[in-house]
Amino acid sequence: MLDRLLSHDRPRSVWLAALLAVIVVGLAFTPFLVSGTKALDVAAKIVVFIVLVASFDLLLGYTGIVSFAHTMFFGIGAYGIAIASTSMGPGWAAVAVGALCALVVSGVLAFVIGLFSLRVRAIFFAMITLAVASAFLTLASQLSDLTGGEDGLTFKVPEALQPGTQYVENPVLGASIDGRLLTYYVLFVAAVVLVLAMLRIVNSPFGRVLQAIRENDFRAEAIGYRTVVYRTLSNVLSALFATLAGCLLALWLRYNGPATTLSFEIMLDVLLIVVIGGMGTIYGAVVGSVLLVLAQSYLQDLMKLASGAVANVPVLSQILSPDRWLLWLGILFVLSVYYFPTGVVGRLRSAGLRATGR
Amino acid sequence: MGTAAATTPAAAADAGAGAIPKSRFDAIPLLLVAAVALVAWPFVGSTSTWLTLTVAGLSIGMVIFITASGLTLVFGLMDVLNFGHGTFIAIGAFIATTVFAAMSDWSASPDLVRNLIAVACAMAVAMALAGAIGWAFERVLVRPVYGQHLKQILVTMGGLIIGEEIIKMIWGPAQIPLPPPEALKGSLFFGNANVDKLRVLGVVVGAIVLVALLWALNRTKIGLLIRAGVQDVEMVESLGYRIRRLFVGVFVAGSALAGLGGCLWAMIRQIVVPQIGGEVNVLIFIVIIIGGLGSTLGCFVGALLVGLMTNYTGFLAPKAAMFSSIGLMVAILLWRPQGLYPVSSR
Repeated sequence: MLDRLLSHDRPRSVWLAALLAVIVVGLAFTPFLVSGTKALDVAAKIVVFIVLVASFDLLLGYTGIVSFAHTMFFGIGAYGIAIASTSMGPGWAAVAVGALCALVVSGVLAFVIGLFSLRVRAIFFAMITLAVASAFLTLASQLSDLTGGEDGLTFKVPEALQPGTQYVENPVLGASIDGRLLTYYVLFVAAVVLVLAMLRIVNSPFGRVLQAIRENDFRAEAIGYRTVVYRTLSNVLSALFATLAGCLLALWLRYNGPATTLSFEIMLDVLLIVVIGGMGTIYGAVVGSVLLVLAQSYLQDLMKLASGAVANVPVLSQILSPDRWLLWLGILFVLSVYYFPTGVVGRLRSAGLRATGR
Repeated sequence: MGTAAATTPAAAADAGAGAIPKSRFDAIPLLLVAAVALVAWPFVGSTSTWLTLTVAGLSIGMVIFITASGLTLVFGLMDVLNFGHGTFIAIGAFIATTVFAAMSDWSASPDLVRNLIAVACAMAVAMALAGAIGWAFERVLVRPVYGQHLKQILVTMGGLIIGEEIIKMIWGPAQIPLPPPEALKGSLFFGNANVDKLRVLGVVVGAIVLVALLWALNRTKIGLLIRAGVQDVEMVESLGYRIRRLFVGVFVAGSALAGLGGCLWAMIRQIVVPQIGGEVNVLIFIVIIIGGLGSTLGCFVGALLVGLMTNYTGFLAPKAAMFSSIGLMVAILLWRPQGLYPVSSR
């Protein structure tokens, strides 16, 4: 049963399996295990990032093409919900319409971009997606009537998901059963379903072809697979999953703006998580998201403390300041591409192989 | 390689030319530049505004060409796609602010010669520093990932981010105004059309770089080797030339040119932000895709096209300016999928 759910793509390492189990159980019971809104916020962000990063892994890890427009699709999803909820008023209809419209827009856009840039050379793709994404970011902050410009949109979610809605009068096991908790579980269940769906995709014959293209596109073409078609399809699929991740984020935050979903920093986060978690393993997205989002949420506070402690030392305090977070991310990113290319999952798997003597 | 080359239009023209293959010069892309300018004329309306826009567009195009030429050569020669090219542009721009501040009595004096000396100093320092950093960049970041496109893209992108953050550390995250030198302020008048003096400077420097580049590529032995390397690296290596060393040279020269371009870019914009590298990067990617990856002439024509296009649309429909260059790229890729001047060996 579990094996079928995982599409026969098992963790293949005892440690990885244990880690994944801890993560899933931990995320499933976060509202009851830890109290406080920040902890729940972090957990929700982890859940959304797992979907977002796994969808990017479909492209980078499995198909072997780099896109810099992934946050664009993430943003389209979030803006879909935000704009629909603002213009139609809160309700499930708005959520459905917003998500559907966002999926259509993302799908068409991804298809067109893919067709144009992958038709000739896959290397165009990275450059063209970068250009399109930055144009889209400019557009989103300029069309302030529709998107709220730089300020973004604050909107109301359906009543069942609003924090004011109480389902049980007294807290159960230390957590109040309200709309917020329900939203968290909507996110959690959606993420589980989406990640399992992606596992299904990458382990299907279609996913095999994608991996063949990644390993040797010339050969895949020679065997008879139209690489353009497969790459474009992979791009569309990954865009659709990213859009859904954006929808989930919008439901949780009840707000969306350019900085929350479209900014280049999020793109860097996604890249880093894929590399650290392990490219070409959907599980890497799960492990990596937990690591990075936790680090981002709690390490920055630590950096603030550290730079406060060395405030008198001129260069050191500047390097340790939380404003330089991106510098550290960049350095970490380059180092992990060089020295840690298979990521956490790859390392655990090869350690498992060594232990069992193949 | 040979059969692949025969399928491209340039090489096909070669084969038809007889015993000594000499490709016919393809002038259509150049005519396209003129066509874009002419088509925009009726839309803009007044001739003087059109002239102003055209000169401004050409000068921006020249500056884009200076910055992009290094990138396209680096790609053509070694198949390295450097996403970190924007770092050198940003360094050039910030060096310009520092040098201008240090030579404030030179740049603020009303004497044109003293101003030009200050500008020349800024350009020289920007080129030297950008070149030096380019050398280190190649050594540390690019060299370990030769031949692996995926890692190259990731690592050089990481390099761009690190560079941007280091610039923020040194010069601060805020934007820095860069007032133009005293004698270069204001504009020249040709009839009713007024043309920024700084933009004239941009065109002049761009033209000098273009001529120097064309001379170096077409009239010197190193240029011959570079062009041969773009066509077929292995053949040049088998003839006993160290293409690797040549490549480092091209990388450093390309970085220095990017520094020069960033310097000019900052002077024309009169304001410098740390994100400038990433912003210009997007533009020059569009340019080298339009031109055909690896082609210098294509890069030049593409830069002029993008420069003109963004200026016209910036005047006619400001919000669409960013999309105009993407639209232009899409249209050109539909017409010539490999870019305006495809490099035949790839």
